[in-house]
Amino acid sequence: MNLLLLIGLPLLTAVGVLLSRNTQQVRSIAFAGSALQLVLAIALIYFFNKERAAGAAAQMLFEQNYALFPSLNINFHIGVDGISVAMILLTALVVLAGVLVSWNVENLPAGKAGMTKEFYFLLLLLAMGAYGFFISLDLFVLFFFLEIAVIPKYLLIGTWGSGKKEYSANKLALMLMAGSSLVIVGILGMYFGNGEHKSFDLVHIAQTGLSSSVQKLFFPFLFVGFGVFTALFPFHTWVPDGHSSAPTAGSMFLAGISMKLGGYGCLRVATYLMPQGAQEYSNWIIVLSSIAILYGAFATMMQRDLKYMNAYSSISHCGFVLLGIGMLTKTAIVGAVMQMVSHGLMTALFFAVIGMIYERTHTRQINEMGGLLKVMPFTMTVLFIAGLCSLGLPGFSGFVAEMTVFMGSWQNADNFHRIATVVACMSIVVTAVYILRAIGQVAMGPIKESFNGLSDASWNEKLAAAILIIGIVAIGVAPNWLNDLIRPGAEIIMNKISGK
Amino acid sequence: MPNATYISLIPLLPLAGFLLLGLFGKKIFKNSAGIIGTLLLLTSTILALYTAYGYFFDYGKVDGVYQKLIPLKYTWLEFSPSLLGRAGEGPLSIDMGILLDPISAMMIVVVTFVSLMVHIYSLGYMKGEERYSTYYAFLSLFTFSMLGLVLSSNIFQIYIFWELVGVSSFLLIGFYYDRPSAVAASKKAFIVTRFADLGFLIGILVLSFYSGTLDFNTLIQKLTSPESSELKTAVAASFLGVSALTWGLALVFIGGAGKSAMFPLHIWLPDAMEGPTPVSALIHAATMVVAGVYLVARLFPVFAISAPDALSIVANVGAISALFAAIIACTQTDIKRVLAYSTMSQIGYMMFALGVSKYGGEEGLGYTASMFHLFTHAMFKALLFLGAGAVIHYVHSNDMKDMGGLRKHLPITHITFLLACLSIAGFPLLAGFFSKEEILLAAYQQNTVIYWIALIISGLTAFYMFRLYFSIFWNKEYHAHGEHHGEGGAVMMLPLLLLAVGAVFAGYIPFGHFVSSDGKPLESEFHLSFSIAPVSLGLIGILTAMWLYKNENKKPAKLAASLSGLYKSAYHKFYIDELYLFITKKVLFNLIARPAAWFDKTVVDGLVNFTGNTTQDISERIKGIQSGKVQQYAIYFLVSAVALAVLFIYVWKT
Repeated sequence: MNLLLLIGLPLLTAVGVLLSRNTQQVRSIAFAGSALQLVLAIALIYFFNKERAAGAAAQMLFEQNYALFPSLNINFHIGVDGISVAMILLTALVVLAGVLVSWNVENLPAGKAGMTKEFYFLLLLLAMGAYGFFISLDLFVLFFFLEIAVIPKYLLIGTWGSGKKEYSANKLALMLMAGSSLVIVGILGMYFGNGEHKSFDLVHIAQTGLSSSVQKLFFPFLFVGFGVFTALFPFHTWVPDGHSSAPTAGSMFLAGISMKLGGYGCLRVATYLMPQGAQEYSNWIIVLSSIAILYGAFATMMQRDLKYMNAYSSISHCGFVLLGIGMLTKTAIVGAVMQMVSHGLMTALFFAVIGMIYERTHTRQINEMGGLLKVMPFTMTVLFIAGLCSLGLPGFSGFVAEMTVFMGSWQNADNFHRIATVVACMSIVVTAVYILRAIGQVAMGPIKESFNGLSDASWNEKLAAAILIIGIVAIGVAPNWLNDLIRPGAEIIMNKISGK
Repeated sequence: MPNATYISLIPLLPLAGFLLLGLFGKKIFKNSAGIIGTLLLLTSTILALYTAYGYFFDYGKVDGVYQKLIPLKYTWLEFSPSLLGRAGEGPLSIDMGILLDPISAMMIVVVTFVSLMVHIYSLGYMKGEERYSTYYAFLSLFTFSMLGLVLSSNIFQIYIFWELVGVSSFLLIGFYYDRPSAVAASKKAFIVTRFADLGFLIGILVLSFYSGTLDFNTLIQKLTSPESSELKTAVAASFLGVSALTWGLALVFIGGAGKSAMFPLHIWLPDAMEGPTPVSALIHAATMVVAGVYLVARLFPVFAISAPDALSIVANVGAISALFAAIIACTQTDIKRVLAYSTMSQIGYMMFALGVSKYGGEEGLGYTASMFHLFTHAMFKALLFLGAGAVIHYVHSNDMKDMGGLRKHLPITHITFLLACLSIAGFPLLAGFFSKEEILLAAYQQNTVIYWIALIISGLTAFYMFRLYFSIFWNKEYHAHGEHHGEGGAVMMLPLLLLAVGAVFAGYIPFGHFVSSDGKPLESEFHLSFSIAPVSLGLIGILTAMWLYKNENKKPAKLAASLSGLYKSAYHKFYIDELYLFITKKVLFNLIARPAAWFDKTVVDGLVNFTGNTTQDISERIKGIQSGKVQQYAIYFLVSAVALAVLFIYVWKT
């Protein structure tokens, strides 16, 4: 399968959106493009598994390599392993759902009438950046796509956002840029630290290996740089403001995809290329991520705005990704990747349903709602599902991912790792507290007078929710397919760490 | 051999019911939801009976010992093996499987039978409810989860279904979602049991780490055989002076204690009575709340052989809970709450029976007795709840004060309720008598203190049950007001009658022949002389209740006044709820969560804003330097050149 399709299609769709004449056309093109993209992602899994089953043992499949700038040895090198395939599926699901919930973006209170086209263009550009990021095997190209996935965010929030949107957009863009600047320093450090043969090539660097002094020096740059994207404590404060001000699809992309760019980078670039660095700093990672998990959960308890609540809970949930990486066992790394996929789907669903509620009640304050189950049974069922997935109920993806992280973490037999794991486990109780509080207040209880007669979800919203729920349940009910997809990739990373 | 297809259909049929009714219930099966759910469950019940029959009488026993059969097992999620690199260690995996042994065979019968009774009963009780199909969908979900739980062959599988049982209980308690009290109760139930499940989860992590497996049979075998290296490491490794194995089992027991409403994790159970009454009968009396007992029984060999310390925790917690709940039950006036505390007390019985038991032979009597009591208790407690449901249905109130003299109005309910009360009070020759005697005997043989506590409880039990009985059916005259629809018709009476048969005759099953700690048949002897004490205590309890409550009089009020301190604190459930409220509201919210949120907003985010603002300030200040005026630049240039010259000539001369 030609991986160029994965970035070509969103680009083509984005151009198509720009060229279309009216809202109807914009919607159809965006929908068709992203639906096709989902088909591509599923086909990719199919072909990937087929190749693997046929005995293709190469680390990366479907590789392509074109020279971009030979004198500096920059190549357009792409290829995928199971981890990237999983992330691509996540992206495709979230993008399609995001396109569907943005159907009426022109009606946004803060929206500019007639700018539907621009909105969808930016969404699709973001999507392309994410796909490109996940297939890049050249660090320069990877960085290029990382930036593509950031800048449209600024415009999306600044233009279509709500609340203190300018502040949030600035904060988000600046903090992510700061993260990127650390990343580029780390990448250059590897480029020049790779002895005689300077290279940006991920596979190549992994093969030759970097000297341990280079690793110890530059690992923190890369890990913290990517960590900013995935809400590494204490660099997480862009998350609540950014998510809350973003339009619904923006929040979905932000939490569902952008935060995963960071997790993927921490794993694929920082940990894989600098295993000794990872070992050196793993205790720091564990401490910071355990703090993020529990402290984030407690901070979530106090939030009154649904979007702030989910944003804070993302800090807590993304902590599991970093914790899994920091634990440096194969199972924990598999769990980290699963958590990325799971959290991406679940949080996108959560933001989608918050958007659906907000559009009807015009409030996001938890205390101002009540008894919505009576008038919006479908929407509230979705809220229940998103909430139950978030608190790690079996049958949904969150459980599988968290348990894998816990099992992997526990394999470290010393008290330090044990205590960190127990701290992380404790968050499942706190999560239950804030999720049930929100559900109990929003969906249950006596209905508020003014909410009588609100309409339930429209077809596009239902479809968006269904797509994400199918993803969540498919992982939650039969997780082994995802496990099998991720495991070989995790094993290679793990072998690097244990020095085999 | 067992047929895996049949057995797996037992839980899968209710699951199908859930999906069918959950997805299409509102539109297609609006009125037929009850019938569909009931028929599916009827099929499950028949299959369960068939399976249990086959297991106990056909293929289960090999050389006189009941085997632990695994007719079905598939890998659900595989983990990489731990880093210990022990010899012969395979990958850890969560398997979805079926474990058929005496207790699971018994439990599928109990669960499907009680659930079927509740399904039938609800056809009448819930008729006309707006969310009728949702109700049946949730009931099916619960039944599926509970059956999955009892059939689990893997400790993680049981955890999965454990959580699912918890969520179905949450959904059913909160069924009347527009009542704030129901919402609060459902949240409380979920969060308290979740807290307990945290212990369970960490316990699983500990046990799986040391045994290198999640599979029940392997785990038990590795952690009980004296020569196994896994057992040696698990006992040798210690944390805070307690062995890892004891930690693991104690943590697992916390999970069990939460679900089984053992002190001090019981606070959710009385509130859970906010759910529809048939649900209370099914979940909060007969099935889910005994899951904790079942879990301890499932791991019993490990408890009994390798970690007696952990087992004694089970015994003590069980005994304390049983006594504590029995005292509170004497003072409550909400009839469902009386039953809830009674349930907690009876589960305490089962717990300490396990706790005092040993593994194998005569000494394992407690194990058999515990399972026996679980079985009989399911019958009479479900009957009591469904009877209470009929009463509530009739008087539209939960409070004893609104009742009295109902025996003429509700004749069938009255008789069946009386039988259940006699059974739970241990009246000779009824089901509860046999199982309770066995528990007392086991306690007598192993632990005198617990035996005396148990004896006191049996008197208290008889008292509060007959206090309830007399207050509902005797006492003052009932003056019917408004129109009444009788007892609720055949669908509501049939389950009462069938359960009454169970409550009377279930005790005649020679339980020890089928269920024992080591699978070998156990002859339970019956000593007439031993029964004198508990039976006479029971009679005293009944007579006291009769004296106080048969006719309307001032004696109960006087008695309450004379015991004011004790009565008041028991009436207020010994203020445990208030204690929890204090911990959650004051400590958790105000001392942890609020500071965390504040810290994040002010300090962490403050630093970010500070960085941003400072950068802006600095650039604001230095922007004057870049003025664009050539004269100014020339001055800078000159001054700098002079300064550098001075530096080079005087400072850095070498």
